[in-house]
Amino acid sequence: MDALFSQLFAGVSLGSVLLLVALGLALTFGQMGVINMAHGEFMMAGAYTAFVVQHVVSNAGLSLLIALPLGFLAGGLLGLLLEATLLRRMHSRPLDTLLVTFGVALVLQQLARDIFGAPNVDVRAPAWLQGAVLDTTIPKTRLFILVLAVVAVSLLALALKLTPLGRRIRATVQNRDLAEASGISTTSADRITFFLGSGLAGIAGVALSLLGSIGPTLGTNYIVDAFLVVVVGGIGQLKGAVIAAFSLGVVQATFEYSTTASLAKVLLLVAIIAFLQVRPQGLVALRTRSLA
Amino acid sequence: MLEISDLRVGYGRTTVVHGVDVKVGTGEIVAVMGHNGAGKTTLLRAAVGLLPVETGTIRLGGEDVTRAKPHRRVRLGLAYVPQGQQSFGQLTTRENLQLVADTFGAAGTARMNEALDLFPALKSLLTRRAGLLSGGQRQQLAIARALIVGPKIMLLDEPTEGIQPSVVGEIEDAIVQLAGSGMSVLLVEQHIGFALDACARYYVLESGRVSTQGAGGAANESDVRSAMAL
Repeated sequence: MDALFSQLFAGVSLGSVLLLVALGLALTFGQMGVINMAHGEFMMAGAYTAFVVQHVVSNAGLSLLIALPLGFLAGGLLGLLLEATLLRRMHSRPLDTLLVTFGVALVLQQLARDIFGAPNVDVRAPAWLQGAVLDTTIPKTRLFILVLAVVAVSLLALALKLTPLGRRIRATVQNRDLAEASGISTTSADRITFFLGSGLAGIAGVALSLLGSIGPTLGTNYIVDAFLVVVVGGIGQLKGAVIAAFSLGVVQATFEYSTTASLAKVLLLVAIIAFLQVRPQGLVALRTRSLA
Repeated sequence: MLEISDLRVGYGRTTVVHGVDVKVGTGEIVAVMGHNGAGKTTLLRAAVGLLPVETGTIRLGGEDVTRAKPHRRVRLGLAYVPQGQQSFGQLTTRENLQLVADTFGAAGTARMNEALDLFPALKSLLTRRAGLLSGGQRQQLAIARALIVGPKIMLLDEPTEGIQPSVVGEIEDAIVQLAGSGMSVLLVEQHIGFALDACARYYVLESGRVSTQGAGGAANESDVRSAMAL
């Protein structure tokens, strides 16, 4: 029972990392029709930010608190750069963006290898995150990541719902031409979305550095799962991504508990394919009286 | 107010509008009529900036905006009510209006309240998602949204198409009232009635060219009808 419970919790915490990564993808794909394969590398950038900060600030607790906003900034700025230089010219050309960003991903991985070396590196978790929560088998780091994801996603949801910026972003996602013709600069809305989405991936990277060693290919391990979350969740909606991320995490953990890791992956993919036969539009689809 | 000269515009390699001149003076209602596919909507979309211009110029209040992005033109006082009662369906009625008001600060908020006074039916629908409104309500919302811009000129694309008759009158009255207050209007219509009655001048488009133009008023209805070969 304990083993199952801790496995389930591992699933929830995997889900929370996936959520942080997938939200950015869901936002940028929904808004700009861009498939960003380099998104995982923004996560890697966040993880290496945690590593670098720990070199400068040796207190593990303090360095974690500094690394979180810096990781957000590192991921966000990389995203902004990618958007402004390349993706700007490729709106609504998903296949072209797929190839280009895959190339960018390889370049960023090599860059990381050149700077930090090929072997994985470790980031120490602070003392207050070591061990398990009370008498349970839940590691404190995983609980921390869950809380972090919930806080980050809630803040994003509130910002989208309540701020002028959020209204502009949601309007641009729904109808780009109408947004422009209503006086909204969709160019700057795009940039800000890209920055926020990539920044969340950076935070996910900092979070992952607490769970294990980090290397140049860290992003590659998560990008496919993150895309699965986007596809299952439906495009352009936070709610779908939240449900899909946690479901995928838990389902994978459950399969892993009863079978092996590889078989679990196979079963998960089969389940997703079956699901998409029934609901090709994903969990949450835009539904209104008019198309607009 | 709006001066379109020798405009050629199209989609990809297909040119749809071939060298059209349209002028709208201050406080004037100008109607562009024509059949389906004559290039009316294409002309409007180019004027708003949603379609790149091949050749020709568009001047707004004397300023050349031929290459300006739509949101720049909006800030210069151009408002656009597209075909098909478009709104941001997932946003509430209030958010649809607030979105535009955000850009214009306190003046935007004031104009948002004025727009709601012009269409009081929207006041009870503020928290409803725009996608759930009826066609007529959505068109009122679209015009209200355009008004928050504080427009010097409003471009309307078939504003009464597909709308229940009881609401059509309200929308037409609003257009006339707004023009009376000094706002210019460029109205695209397939149906002659209201547009011709209300306008100072009309143009008939045929295959992307102006085939006839003249002064508005019901007196010219037979000219327009023969130009449109009805």
